[in-house]
Amino acid sequence: MELSGGEILIQYLKDEGVEYVFGYPGGAVLHIYDAIYGQEDVKHVLVRHEQAATHAADGYARATGKPGVVLVTSGPGATNAITGIATAYMDSIPMVIITGQVPSPVIGSDAFQEVDAVGITRPCVKHNFLVKDLSKLAETLKKAFYIATTGRPGPVVVDIPKDVTDPAIKIPYSYPKNVSMRSYNPVVKGHPVQIKRAVETIFSAKRPMIYSGGGVVLSGASNELTEFTRLIGSPITNTLMGLGAYPATDKQFVGMLGMHGTYEANMSMHECDVLIAIGARFDDRVTGKLEQFCPTAKIIHIDVDPASISKTVRVDIPIVGDVKLVLQDMLKIMNASDKKLDQEALQKWWAQIDEWRSKDCLAFDRGSELIKPQSVIETLYQVTNGDAFVTSDVGQHQMWAAQFYKFDQPNRWINSGGLGTMGFGLPAAMGVKLAYPDAHVACVTGEASIQMCIQELSTCLQYRLPIKIVNLNNRYLGMVRQWQEFFYEGRYSMSYMDALPDFVKLAEAYGHVGMRIEKPSDVEAAMKEAFAMKDRLVFLDFITDQTENVYPMIEAGKGHHEMHLSSERELA
Amino acid sequence: MRHIISILMENEAGALSRVAGLFSARAYNIESLTVAPTEDPSLSRMTIVTTGSEEIIEQITKQLNKLVDVVKLMDLTEGEHIERELAMVKLNTNGRYREEFKRLADIFRGNIIDVTDSTYTVELTGTDEKIDAFIKAIDSQYILEVVRTGVSGIARGERRLSL
Repeated sequence: MELSGGEILIQYLKDEGVEYVFGYPGGAVLHIYDAIYGQEDVKHVLVRHEQAATHAADGYARATGKPGVVLVTSGPGATNAITGIATAYMDSIPMVIITGQVPSPVIGSDAFQEVDAVGITRPCVKHNFLVKDLSKLAETLKKAFYIATTGRPGPVVVDIPKDVTDPAIKIPYSYPKNVSMRSYNPVVKGHPVQIKRAVETIFSAKRPMIYSGGGVVLSGASNELTEFTRLIGSPITNTLMGLGAYPATDKQFVGMLGMHGTYEANMSMHECDVLIAIGARFDDRVTGKLEQFCPTAKIIHIDVDPASISKTVRVDIPIVGDVKLVLQDMLKIMNASDKKLDQEALQKWWAQIDEWRSKDCLAFDRGSELIKPQSVIETLYQVTNGDAFVTSDVGQHQMWAAQFYKFDQPNRWINSGGLGTMGFGLPAAMGVKLAYPDAHVACVTGEASIQMCIQELSTCLQYRLPIKIVNLNNRYLGMVRQWQEFFYEGRYSMSYMDALPDFVKLAEAYGHVGMRIEKPSDVEAAMKEAFAMKDRLVFLDFITDQTENVYPMIEAGKGHHEMHLSSERELA
Repeated sequence: MRHIISILMENEAGALSRVAGLFSARAYNIESLTVAPTEDPSLSRMTIVTTGSEEIIEQITKQLNKLVDVVKLMDLTEGEHIERELAMVKLNTNGRYREEFKRLADIFRGNIIDVTDSTYTVELTGTDEKIDAFIKAIDSQYILEVVRTGVSGIARGERRLSL
């Protein structure tokens, strides 16, 4: 089969099983768009801004576990995509981003719409390529998908100069079945000696604790994690990225940990004697003050990325490998062993945890005449039977969604954890909805975040994506306002959202349904009505209590045991 | 602690900037960096001299290993090794020290590789300490120019960095 570069790209994507490409055309990719024209195998989704293309592909990847694919033009197309690439990089999301480049002969001449895409993306990709030779195109694409989806996943950029996709130049093409790279061979199987040591340490634990992160979701190791946790009988906390990997409604789940984690999760971290960290990277929002992190614990850390191990916290038993395979190996040994954990100690440990739990750290004022944002999330949870895909933007609403929506399944909670990218939620929801057209998809957002990618309401109409937007509208950059209240004596510098649009009219202008909800008593009915509209995007604008803060809270640089439960309730 | 890290990497455009970018992005120290192709033209060998605590050095080696273009890596300072740097030093010989500079070059086993009425250019090979010592031995007002390659290193004995 003789194909041009543009045709090879599209045929390759088809052969790779790519369902959707999120993109935006431009000069350097015109040959590629001509190859897209008239074919149905790879569906192209036209976004309204390249940042949204990357977030949509990212949302698709997070929900399905398959790599997200983006196609943008050179220059501003590539630079607009950077935020989304960095977002995916921080959260280890598999993506392949194709950027057009000016023709090879003019590279380096400051040509129209030229930017050094390989150079500018280098710090925020797992790897990137410039394809200089048409004969290397298919092989390079294969490498890009291989690198993006194996080991610790991540985004890979493939920069293709325009002359490489010239329709007049055709070469034979066949799908490259195998790929081997001498310089890239991620370790996936855990070392048996380390695994044995870890199991022995677990058996000796009196106050064991499991802390698991996004790596479990990425590895598809939810079942293994659940079996492992039940076998040990320990409490388990999930990071923001790991929510859903262990069922949140299970008794052993003590909630999220970290800066806005639950009291019981953070105290269990502080008091445990054996900590089992699984697919988590000891982020500063999780650990708090490093000197006070898990002061009495022996730490076991399972991660596919050796560089994540002992990066900020020294661990006692590192295990490099894919968490799914490592957990399977550990389960095999533990199931075959007649040893058991000290049940009496475990009982005492749970009694202590139940006492922490009894503080009811997520309590909020249920009698308020204003809509409490937490109650909106609770209602969302009830109305969707806890079975929705929930994307979010960044800020207070993100924390409330993480605290109050009890995810029982992985890949359902989709948010920008590492980079904290406002504008992520709506385009990510588009990717999720395309992947799962029959599922409930909600985008929990705020009036500030939603405006960072609001133009995608147009894309939602074009592709008939009936997402439900849950806008927690407090007329503030809520998290900024909260920090200014706590740490800047209430000097609310630039955190008030003035001159807001009428979101109901705005939604209608884009051809969708808009609803404004101002009374607590109307929340449930509105939510039910919105979700009953199966084929319409509904923008639910909840006017919420402006003064509500996210609790519990550990101030940056404090230890897990130094939490604020609420403005009235302090803890030593 | 000072460490010498040797890397075998794919001889591809941009490979050097991946390494340099890693050091600047993560705020690691870099004292010197040398790179050239090996006997296998598809591979480059890079030598990096860096300093940092054991934890930092561990992170540096892990992060370097993570770069897709890096094929193999060795911390030379973990074992017996030899290190060499080449320097070319241009000296002003207008004054009365022309003989003295010649003697000094001999003492340091340097070669005078270029001579004019008013200058010597001394070529010197050795550890960076030796080159430092030579430069220190000459009154700075007579030094016109110093060119140093940065350190290259190789492990002693059977230990080697190769595929």
